[in-house]
Order: sequence, then structure tokens, then C-alpha cells
Amino acid sequence: MKRIGVFVCWCGSNIAETVDVKKVVEVIKKYPGVAHAEDYIFVCSNPGQKLVQETIKEKRLDSLVIACCSPTLHETTFRDLSRLTGLNPYQCEIANIREQCSWVHKDNKEEATRKAIKIIRTIVEKANQNESLEPISTPVTRQALVIGGGIAGIQASLDIANAGYEVLLVERNPSIGGHMIQLSETFPTLDCSQCILTPKMVEVSRHPKIRVLAYSEVQEISGYVGNFNVKILKKPRYVIEDKCNLCGKCVDVCPVAAPSEFDNNLAARKAIYLPFPQAIPATYTIDIEHCPGFLPIACGKCADVCEPQAIDFDMRPEIIEEKVGAIVVATGYDLYSPKNIGEYGNGKYEDVMDGMQFERLLSATGPTGGEVRRLSDNKVPKRVVFVSCVGSRDTEHHLPYCSKICCMYMAKHAMLYKHKVPDGEAIVFYIDTRAGGKGYEEFVTRTQEEDKVIYIRGKASKIFKNGNGKLIVWGADTLLGKQVEVECDMVVLSMAMVPSNGAKDLISKLKIPSDAYGFVNEAHPKLRPVESISAGFYLAGCTQAPKDIPETVAQASGAASKVTDLFAEEELKHEPIVAAVDEDLCSGCGICVPLCPYDARELEIKDEKRIAKVNEILCEGCGSCISACPSAAVQQRNFKDNQIFKMVDAILS
Amino acid sequence: MAKISNIFEPRIVCFFCKWCTSAGADLAGTSRMQYLPNGIPICVMCSSRVDPEHVLWAFKRGADGVFIGGCHPGDCHYQSGNYKTRRRVFLLKQVLKDFGIEPERLRLEWISASEGKRFTQVMDEFIEEVRSLGKLKV
Repeated sequence: MKRIGVFVCWCGSNIAETVDVKKVVEVIKKYPGVAHAEDYIFVCSNPGQKLVQETIKEKRLDSLVIACCSPTLHETTFRDLSRLTGLNPYQCEIANIREQCSWVHKDNKEEATRKAIKIIRTIVEKANQNESLEPISTPVTRQALVIGGGIAGIQASLDIANAGYEVLLVERNPSIGGHMIQLSETFPTLDCSQCILTPKMVEVSRHPKIRVLAYSEVQEISGYVGNFNVKILKKPRYVIEDKCNLCGKCVDVCPVAAPSEFDNNLAARKAIYLPFPQAIPATYTIDIEHCPGFLPIACGKCADVCEPQAIDFDMRPEIIEEKVGAIVVATGYDLYSPKNIGEYGNGKYEDVMDGMQFERLLSATGPTGGEVRRLSDNKVPKRVVFVSCVGSRDTEHHLPYCSKICCMYMAKHAMLYKHKVPDGEAIVFYIDTRAGGKGYEEFVTRTQEEDKVIYIRGKASKIFKNGNGKLIVWGADTLLGKQVEVECDMVVLSMAMVPSNGAKDLISKLKIPSDAYGFVNEAHPKLRPVESISAGFYLAGCTQAPKDIPETVAQASGAASKVTDLFAEEELKHEPIVAAVDEDLCSGCGICVPLCPYDARELEIKDEKRIAKVNEILCEGCGSCISACPSAAVQQRNFKDNQIFKMVDAILS
Repeated sequence: MAKISNIFEPRIVCFFCKWCTSAGADLAGTSRMQYLPNGIPICVMCSSRVDPEHVLWAFKRGADGVFIGGCHPGDCHYQSGNYKTRRRVFLLKQVLKDFGIEPERLRLEWISASEGKRFTQVMDEFIEEVRSLGKLKV
């Protein structure tokens, strides 16, 4: 029998108000294995910890049970304290009598006290059979994989690389830059988006520690934190990156036009194209879906004019295998399609566009050179209606969440439109204006007061064309309590942000949890916002939730610093509560092998006998295989069957 | 709420997975949501650590009900542990019938870390259900 010390925390009045801590101590003192029990007002305080330390020495305790708050809070505190006092940290256990007892049975003190005693008894039983364990050490590969080359991925890559570690930046499009490179000016300071992003892109391309794999996709991931194996598919560009000198002669001769992704289909590009002038890597790409030359020698005009002979129609997809220690997921967002919104015309009106298309109209590199013109007749629109929350905040038909950035970019759109068309009229339909952020509220006020943008509080109910071909917006003005009808020349819809197209498949390959909409979950919504609960995965940008550029950059830097923290360790420590096989009992049936999600169980021949081994480095300690073993030959360290049986007994006796 | 002596108070053993259900129970606590105190928690790393033997042991020792809480399908911290639990519980319920134990005395639920409210509802509902079944008679 062990000598277990039990400390019952009052947590001020949080526990003591509901649970009769004196009675608990009195009862627990007599429980087998308990050598010492006492209560204290705040065991986690400095004097509380000192008391625990002194008692361990004085009473020669070899195991510790702290009955207090949830182990998610102070388990580390008391395990560290145990280590400092010469006790193996895995001999220390937490009995959760606050979150799962005192706080939830406030009106039933008698039952709460009884429950607290039972909870502590189960933990005493567990502690009684706990072994002393040492964390399992694993090596760490000091190279990070960053998935997504938008501002989030760019910032994370630069921060990790500047700390001295290798980075592999994978982007599925021909160039890095993401959505930010498409933007015109950014709120609330109206910096030119390209002007502030392109220096970072150039830095990425020149950084000796960063390898950019553009036009590539992550295909497969295996392994665990510190030691992931990734397979990356590098799609063929049919242009040799190093040879292309960007002369652009190929574009002049290419006979095929296709919609430009960079201009959100507002303009055309050729089948051989550079997405935008500052693209990184700086090289042309042939879009095989549109290129006739891909069918043998149907065209090939680009190859004929290419002086450096950079065109290679025989280029094949390439699989690149790499080892990485940490993965930053920065897959970004896309806009919910206007095609989903029937009452706004399902995207069939040319002059009803989404926010990103309007960005392209405003941008100096856009299809109109920065002039706001209608797609239908190239005229300057004199009245533009901006509609907020299209698809967002709509629990009945679309997406219930707020896309967060639309209020601000809508104000910016209206303001920039007024700057470009001073005699035009900008009307905003809004539900609420959410302008929380440094300088944001002031920006919206400026739009209304200086630029005379008209704000109508209410949702647009219908957008259609009347008999004269004019666009009509029906809506409500909820402040005046009136229906309104606005005739206009153009409508800009602030579409909801959704996880980027294809992110769902990637996330299921990475096996990291995501929410109902496909945004990746953070480990803790407040205290661990830049990492996944799956070790080794970090989150940056809109892959986690809609957010603006400053927040994205902050999260990317946060994720990068978590990665560098990880890489700063000599070795990674792995929880030792793994599966352990009793080789005498194991019959080698192999039932456990396919159950393990981590390939940690494998059959091996030892002394002419089949044994199902455990690879401790791979084992995450879920216990799936243990419950399946027909001969109870495998046990989970410190969660042994005998411990669980005794814990059940402690509840029922 | 004073305990009335003639109301049957069931004894319930609860197995919670650490990542979802136990975290959901913690959230219920942080939010001070009140529920019945009959279930005593045992926190395991994953619901798939719960061996059918543990459940049978609990019934053998006089538990009136056994609760297992895991992550929602697709959300398992260990990728697929909850699917294994689901299969095991399905089969175990058949075995319970053969033992003359109402299968309703064993409940498997998916409760995520954000479902504090649901946790309390499920707990109260299960405790009341076991209460209506009465003391385990085997």
C-alpha cells in the first residue's frame, strides 16, 4: 500500500461553500492508502504549495491527490511541484471537485459532499496503482511546412525562417499572394494592398531558409509532432521556372483566352499566363484545361517563340517527399457564391457583383485600371448599392456566423467609390455596423460624414431588373419603419466568407478537427487560439475563422512563434501513458494491430512467438487496443484495467 | 432541494473521454449550470478505453446505470476511437439483454467540449430514465 497525501482545496468559497471540506477530509483520512489528508483555502497559492511540499517530506508521502479544480488548470502546477520535491510527477493526480461537483450542485450540499468524497476516492484508487513514469523522448525535425501562400502563410514562413529554421511553403495556385494581392486598398488606413504585400513576397522568394513550392498541393501526411512525413504533388506548369525570362512573347501569340482568376473572372487571360506582374515564383504557367497545345502539336505557338526554350509540354506531375516537424495551416477563405442567393438574382445580373470583384474594379492593376465601370455597358455607375451580410448571419437559409470583415470593407468600398466618382451616390444596406478595431469606428464615421455615404439600416429583400433594364433593390428601412425601393446602376454584395475551396479535403487528410462550417478548430478558444488540439498543427488566418489582415498577421506570427518554441527543444517530450504489452500473456492474435489509428501496434516474431509490439513513440495513449485485447495482455500505463475496476468499486462501495 | 427519502437515487458510473465530454462537463461547471449529482465521473483518455468488461463490472458491483461520453463522430481526438466505442456499445447492449439488464441502463452519448448545456440535459435525462427503471435487479 502506498502513502498517499490528499489535499482538499477550498478554492476560497468556490468549493467550500458547497462541499463540506472538513467532512471530506475526515472521511478520506480513513480510506485505505491515505496517509495524510487536510484541507486548505488555496492549495495552488504559494503557501499552499509550500504546505504540500513540506507535508510530502514530513509524512514521507509517495503519492499525491489534489482535490481542486479541473486538471486542465493545475495538473501541471502540482506535477511540477512533485518533481521539485523529488516525487515522480506521474504519482500526482487531480480530483476535479469544482467544475464537476461544487459548481454544478450548488443547492444540494449534502449530495455535493457525498459526490466529492466519491470522486476523491476514485482518484485515490488510481493513484494507489500509478507507476512512476518518464516522458518519452522523440527527436524533432527542424523544418516547418506552411500550407497556403496568402498573407498568413507568408508571415508565418518569414517569422519561422527569420528564427533560423527551414520552411517549406506550399501554395496550390501558380503564385503566392493569396487574396490580399487582389485587394485594392486596405481599411482603415487605405494602404495599397499590393504595395505592402509585394515586399514580403519578394522577401519570401529570396529568403535562404524558405523554399516555395507553388502550383503544388499536399497529398498525404503521416507521422506525428516533430516527425511528419509529407507528400506534395507539384503540378506541371509546362514552363521551366529557371529558364523563363518573363519576356511575355508567348502571351502575345497564344490564341486562347480564359477567365482570369486574379481578376475574379472580370477579365480574360491567355492559356499561358502570369497571374499578375509581381507573381512569385516569377514564371509563366500553361493552363492545360484551355491550352490546345497539350493535345500533341495542335498549337505549340508559345514554344515556337520562346527564346530560352522554357516551354516543356512533356512536364509531368512530381511527387516531393519531405520530413517536417510542424505544420502551419493557412488555407484561407473563399467567398460564398452569389449563385446561392435566389432573391438577389443567383448571380445572373452582370452589374451585381461580389466584394472581391468590386475590389478588382477599384484596383489600379484591375481590368479597368482602377476606374469603376459597369460590366454590361462600360459606363460609370452613378448610384451603387452595397448590401451587407449576404449569406452571413442568416440562420434559416445560409450561414449563421458573422463574416467579421464585411462591415469594414463595405465602408471602404463606398468611400473609394465616392473618391473615384464624386458625383455618384453610394447607398449601404446594413443590419448592424460592426466596427470593433483600432481606428475602425472612426473610419466608418468618416465614410458617412465626409464622403456622404447613405446608410440604410435594413436588409435588402430583393434585387431584380425592371422593364427598362434598370437594377432595382427592394429593402426595408427599419429605423423609419418603411419599405424602400432604390433604382441603381450597380450592386455590390458583401458575400459571407467560407473556408477556401478544397480546404475540407485537406483538413481531413491532416486529421485535425474543424467546426460545422469547415473552419479549423483552435485548441482553446481563448487560451490556445493559434494551435490545433492535434499536436504539431498551428493555425493562421481565415482557415480558423473570418478575420481581417491585422488579425491574420498577428495569428500567423503567433503560430510561427509556437513553431519556433517547438523547434527550440532538443527533443520532444511525449506523454508516457502509452500501451504496454505483457509478452507472456500476448497470444499474437493481432486484433490490436488494425485498431491503432497511429500504426503503433505491429506483430513481431520474438523467440519463435508472435508478439504484438507497441511503438511507444507513435502511441498516443487512447487505449483503443487495450479494450480490444482478448487476453488483457496489453495495458495502458496508469490507466490499467485494475485501476479502472478499483475506481468503479470506489464509486459503488 | 432536500433529499426525500422515498425517492430512489440511482447510482451511476460515468466514463468521460478527456477531450470532449469531460471538457463539456467542465464547461457546464464554469457556466454554473446545475444538474443531478448521481453520476460519478471517471475520466479516461478516450471513450474507446472503456472496455465492455468495465461496464459489466460496474453492473456487477451494483451500478444502476453506466454512462459513456465521447467526442462527436468525426471529432475524435484519436481520429476513430469513438467509432470503436459505438460498435462495442451496440454489441454490449445485446449482451446486457441476455443478462437480464435493461439496455437503457447503458447510455453512450457524444458531447463536445462546447456543449456544456447539452451535457447537463443529457445527464439529467439519463439519471431520470435510470430512476424510472428502478434499482438494478439481477
